[in-house]
Amino acid sequence: MDSISKEYGVDQAAAGPARSEPVVSVRGLVKRYASHDAVAGIDLEVRRGEIFAFLGPNGAGKTTTVEILEGFRQRTAGQVCVLGHDPATAGGAWRDRVGVVWQESQPEPGLSVRECLAMYAGLYRAPRDIDQTIALVGLTEKAGALGTRLSGGQRRRLDFALALIGDPELIFLDEPTTGFDPSARRAAWEVVAGLRQLGKTVFLTTHYMDEAEYLADRITVISAGHIVAEGTPQTLGGRDHMTTAISFTLPDHVQARDLPPGLRSLTEPGPGGSTVLHSGSPLAHLQMISNWALGRGFDLPDLDVHRPALEEVYLSLTGPASKKDQP
Amino acid sequence: MIRMALHLFGYDLRAFVRNRQSQFFTLALPVLFLVIFASVFGGSGHSTEVAGGRISMSVYYVPGIIALGVIAACFGNLVASVTAQRERGVLKRRRATPVPAAAVIAGRVFTSVIIAVVMAAVLLGIGWAAYGAHVPGRTALALAVTVVIGAASFCCLGYALTSLIRNEDAALPTTQALLLPLYFISGVFVAVPVLPHWLADVGEIFPVRHLANALLVAYNPHTTGLGFAGLDLLIVAAWGAAGLLIAVRMFSWMPLGR
Repeated sequence: MDSISKEYGVDQAAAGPARSEPVVSVRGLVKRYASHDAVAGIDLEVRRGEIFAFLGPNGAGKTTTVEILEGFRQRTAGQVCVLGHDPATAGGAWRDRVGVVWQESQPEPGLSVRECLAMYAGLYRAPRDIDQTIALVGLTEKAGALGTRLSGGQRRRLDFALALIGDPELIFLDEPTTGFDPSARRAAWEVVAGLRQLGKTVFLTTHYMDEAEYLADRITVISAGHIVAEGTPQTLGGRDHMTTAISFTLPDHVQARDLPPGLRSLTEPGPGGSTVLHSGSPLAHLQMISNWALGRGFDLPDLDVHRPALEEVYLSLTGPASKKDQP
Repeated sequence: MIRMALHLFGYDLRAFVRNRQSQFFTLALPVLFLVIFASVFGGSGHSTEVAGGRISMSVYYVPGIIALGVIAACFGNLVASVTAQRERGVLKRRRATPVPAAAVIAGRVFTSVIIAVVMAAVLLGIGWAAYGAHVPGRTALALAVTVVIGAASFCCLGYALTSLIRNEDAALPTTQALLLPLYFISGVFVAVPVLPHWLADVGEIFPVRHLANALLVAYNPHTTGLGFAGLDLLIVAAWGAAGLLIAVRMFSWMPLGR
């Protein structure tokens, strides 16, 4: 585990906004079912005020882990500390400080959005203002509508509001945008990003790479019950050390071997007669390419600069090849 | 705890009143049954034998249908709504708040008991207005106590059954399949003296028969004394206690039927 941490730059990240107390601290967590370990010994740490993404494919152990952290499932082994307490035994005072949004929960039947929030507000010691919370999730126009009449995206926003109404310090979001259309996802992301402004700590599980990249301060990747990578969106999986692919199509009368000597060795033929150049210092190489092309009097209209997307890193971490290495 | 239970009760009651299925099965159906059975079997001087004398069939139906109303509110409606709440993740979400578990359950039980009491009052009113039947003053207390004991016991049985049903679509058919035959063999739809002995004996096993009988004793104008049917109430309460035991062991906040 330590070697992975060092390799993937967690230590650098820890030096930044951290140094504050951990809100979630997990050591050697195991959840064993009859035939297999859904969670096979993981360590996690989430610090105050950060958005932490717990990323992995379906069935990797994300929901099992998060339900243990919420106090809804018993663990088989390991130490778990959330807001200074063990969730397995924590009581009402602890739940007063924690908000939860689940993958699938439906509205309270027969109650309007505002009634639903008023009902939940009455269960907390110091709830937030109801109308303000409705506005925060963008449901003001639907405040009088029955929860069961809302669309899928609106229901999830109601879930957000219910998780926020107790003014929690820590919020668990379990795959908050699964099944959303693109505009509903954007709207949900804005709400989550708004939680950062409120100073909340957010524990987000997702199987969408772009969601983690857009929202998270730090990402931990779980696959088949094991943690396979940790880092920031920029450093995850050694992404910051990977080469950039610069691709372009040369005019008919120019060949790749005509390129300046320093670049020639970096190229390989790409798809559709294009040329791909793998660069460790993309800015310098781009300048060389553009000087060379402009000096010869032609442009490279399909020039494309491509950093390995986080998605590609993620797929390589969680794909079948990486599973082979696991016990 | 009590404050939170009452807080939840207010919203549970509101949700109940707005639900069409509960409006029909819990509020309308008992009234409909009383009117139909009393009209069909209670006309032109039909009467039946009860302790201490004979009463008109239309009067006989009032306590039986009160039993049905109590059971509809505390068992049928409770099983359907709590199963749906659990399967839709509503119970789980409530559990994630600081509210004590007991307050969530007490709030829902209180909702059912209040509906049962209101239904009993409505049915008594109809019995009085339409069939000239009234509760003797000396047994009024026994009637009220019987309604409350019956309501509480059937709530416990309701929570027990909820723990055994894995799918919200199965809740309503399951309760109706259990209750309809019991209503027939427990003196609710058909007077007990008309039943074959063996069928009446089967009915004796179950709490529906004893709740109906306890209500009849308190309602029967020939009853002497305070009208408490001690043994019947004891049997109803024993069923309730057994239900409570199952409910405490098996109750789940998490959806079961995924």
